[in-house]
Amino acid sequence: MVCAFNLCVIDQLLRGQLAALSIAVVVIVVGVPLWWKTTETYRAWLPVSQINELSNLQLQLSADVEVVFARGTVTPEQQKKVPLTRTQDEEHSVDEDTALRYRYETRYRTATIMEEDALDQPTAAEADLSLHTLSECPCGSLVVYVIPESSSLLPQDVDVYIGQRRTALLRIGGQIRVGKTLDLLLAHLEPRIKQVLQVMSFSHTDITAALSDRVRLSPGNKESIADSMRTFKSSPGYEITFSLLNPDPKSHRLHWDIEGAVQTYIQPLLTKLASVANFSIDSQTLYYAMLGVNPRFDSSLGAYTLSPDSLAHMINPVEARLGSNAASSNPVLNFLLYVPDAQHSPLHIHDSKKQEVPTNAFHSPRWGGIMVYNVDGFYGPEAVFPVDLNINMAKVMGVFLAQLRLLLGVQSPNAPSGFLVAPCSRTGLADWELDRLMWSRSVENVATATTTITSLAQLLDQIGNIVINDNIAEQVSSAVTSLQLAVAELEAGNLRFALQYSKEAILASERAFFDPSLLHLLYFPDDQKFAIYIPLFLPMCVPILLSLLKIVSDARQKRREKQAKKD
Amino acid sequence: MKILGLLSLLATHLSANSVNIEENAGQFFSSGHTNNWAVLVCTSRFWFNYRHVANTLSVYRSVKRLGIPDSHIVLMLADDMACNHRNPKPATVFSHKNMELNVYGDDVEVDYRGYEVTVENFLRVLTGRLPPSTPRSKRLLSDDRSNILIYLTGHGGNGFLKFQDSEEISNVELADAFQQMWQKRRYNELLFIIDTCQGASMYERFYSPNLMALASSQVGEDSLSHQPDLAIGVHLMDRYTFYLLEFLEDIHPASKSNMNDLFKVCPKSQCVSTPGHRTDLFLRDPGSALITDFFGSVRKVEITMETVNLTDPIEQVEQNFVNEDLQKESYSYVDQLPVSEIIHQKPKQKDWHPPDGFILGLWTLILLVFFKTYGMKHLKHIF
Repeated sequence: MVCAFNLCVIDQLLRGQLAALSIAVVVIVVGVPLWWKTTETYRAWLPVSQINELSNLQLQLSADVEVVFARGTVTPEQQKKVPLTRTQDEEHSVDEDTALRYRYETRYRTATIMEEDALDQPTAAEADLSLHTLSECPCGSLVVYVIPESSSLLPQDVDVYIGQRRTALLRIGGQIRVGKTLDLLLAHLEPRIKQVLQVMSFSHTDITAALSDRVRLSPGNKESIADSMRTFKSSPGYEITFSLLNPDPKSHRLHWDIEGAVQTYIQPLLTKLASVANFSIDSQTLYYAMLGVNPRFDSSLGAYTLSPDSLAHMINPVEARLGSNAASSNPVLNFLLYVPDAQHSPLHIHDSKKQEVPTNAFHSPRWGGIMVYNVDGFYGPEAVFPVDLNINMAKVMGVFLAQLRLLLGVQSPNAPSGFLVAPCSRTGLADWELDRLMWSRSVENVATATTTITSLAQLLDQIGNIVINDNIAEQVSSAVTSLQLAVAELEAGNLRFALQYSKEAILASERAFFDPSLLHLLYFPDDQKFAIYIPLFLPMCVPILLSLLKIVSDARQKRREKQAKKD
Repeated sequence: MKILGLLSLLATHLSANSVNIEENAGQFFSSGHTNNWAVLVCTSRFWFNYRHVANTLSVYRSVKRLGIPDSHIVLMLADDMACNHRNPKPATVFSHKNMELNVYGDDVEVDYRGYEVTVENFLRVLTGRLPPSTPRSKRLLSDDRSNILIYLTGHGGNGFLKFQDSEEISNVELADAFQQMWQKRRYNELLFIIDTCQGASMYERFYSPNLMALASSQVGEDSLSHQPDLAIGVHLMDRYTFYLLEFLEDIHPASKSNMNDLFKVCPKSQCVSTPGHRTDLFLRDPGSALITDFFGSVRKVEITMETVNLTDPIEQVEQNFVNEDLQKESYSYVDQLPVSEIIHQKPKQKDWHPPDGFILGLWTLILLVFFKTYGMKHLKHIF
């Protein structure tokens, strides 16, 4: 370059300053945002405000009750004032986040001619049957028929009869005379109807037990703890396995018609429960499966006995051989039928009072049941071994069905005195028992889904660098929508829809929570973060900073010289 | 006088019996759990870490003996010592130098083996975030009434545990994993045992309720191994787990020993390091927690009192034999591998790779020597 020395130097100086400035500008304007964007984790939008709303749960459960006055319970003047409708609200605050409100809508009316005819039947069971044919009670509601004290439908000491569908027969008390005013009559009936409701619909203890996922309450009484420990948690599906244990195939050749028995006895119950969960059934036979305990021979009874202490140790040795369906993660209910070997027959289970248990069966909470079936009565000592034996499936399935009801939480609590509950129908499940189960399952599902969603939102908030994919955001949004719908349906009293929405909510929330991509392996302590970024950025930033400082100090010096020149 | 004495004896015996029954009924409610799970992890590989595999297998053996079935145990072993080429007694893993106890046994069921034992898989098992294709045996399917025993062993340091010689899990990650388990109610009570150097640092950061933790050494201390076996050539067990195994061999399913006995296992005189434990997060008193609450699987049972009266006869399930015959498909074998083609294949054309580091280094050396001897001025003639 041909140029005067001073001009070249100044030109170069200017060029150097421009270069440093432009590099700094590029780094700040383009580099920093680019680095920020590329090291950002993708987090899809979550409806956080709605989730926070859900963490504060206000549940309202509505039940419809229809109270029908039969002839002889109300005077003709009172009959004109009835029909009327009353609504009652009961509020409970479970803890600071959860509040419950029970709404009972009671409609009073008088019986129609056809209902009067039905109530004229000789026994309560027949009256119940004919009342069914008259009207179909929707899911979640009840009909209570008030019958006069003189009625012969119910035995002497029984005041309430609970039918197999959704009806109850209530005998009006002796204290109330028919001539009294309607208000007194209704006031007398109210607590008794509430008692009936607590048995047939939902009671506060049931609902608070169902909320146990949200609220860790101090346990109430021993029965409620045992109930909550025994019943399986709400799950979209269950697997039921029936196993026949034959430790002595040389003596006994056992035949059991399990397919037919399941089809006839168990399937109706499961079909009725189809709205609650899916069930899959399988069966197997295990040979040479021994008990883990030695039964004691009781010479006074001429039989072998098992004490209640040894029962606890029976399950473990067998469990290893039971197997399960490897493909599903649903809870498994095992029902074992044990036929004792010829040397140890007959085998009886004794309870703690050393008395023989009539069912000869026991069950383990959240696992299943075992029944001991003695076959020594079917053949004499001169029989040719192996003996062909057919198992009486009705008796066996009766016990298994009772155990199944207990384990699924269908079993009703002990009814108060003066109540007579109709025996189980052919399906093994009364309609009101199904309603009870649906109430507690809906509440349980809603409680579990809300805790899952809120804890997921908390987790994703806390850990800033977990990637939230679109499918997770979708599942969370659909869970939130389903939850809001479920709560609304519970308020409106549509039990079936509430259960359906609550199941959808639980499925979506579990799928979102347990998504494999949400693994938090991204814990970076601060010193590690510095160790990564300093070698990358420091060598680049130091020259830029120094040159910028040099530019600033040069400019300041020039200004000072100019000032000096002026002066 | 004698009659009076006999009567009083009878009375006390009866009252003792009734107290026993009450106690047993009380047991049902005191622990609050209905099933037991165990997650046993050995995190180190290589033959010289034989003792870590032996540690884990001895706890596995005790837990199985006390009743927990394989379906409820998740066993993760990072290396296979029993079938290692250097094992002079194949298919065995011993815990004592006289080869008294083969902890490998006949029916060991390893769920995660070899390179499947990673921090990611361990955390996935704990939190339940496994891909849907994972089989049941590899999952921890616990619920809110499960008591879980978690046993970790390997090489560790202050705040971390080394997995597979290449990655680590930190105590913060472990505490967060337990918190996620608590949020989803995946356990009722959890017992955490760790046998590594500076093991107590791993439970320092726990903050979820109902956790009890035991470690073989405090921060700053090393956990030492027990004895070497001259025939096998490596140390067989770590001290803490050796004495733990000795303690557990005395426990049977009906035993009533409680956690306070477990805390006394391996005092400093035997272990050289100081074992530590942490119970402040545990809601019950440790004295009321039985060993079998975590190590065994004592089921609660109830007598079935009710039965349903079934009177219908069994419906005959219709057999459609005719249809079955018609629906038979014809099966055929899959195409066999074209073995002859594979054997007589021509060798593949290998892609060209740039010269290796050694060749490059060699040429650089030659060039340097050349220019050193003949001077730099020749450089411009070359380039």
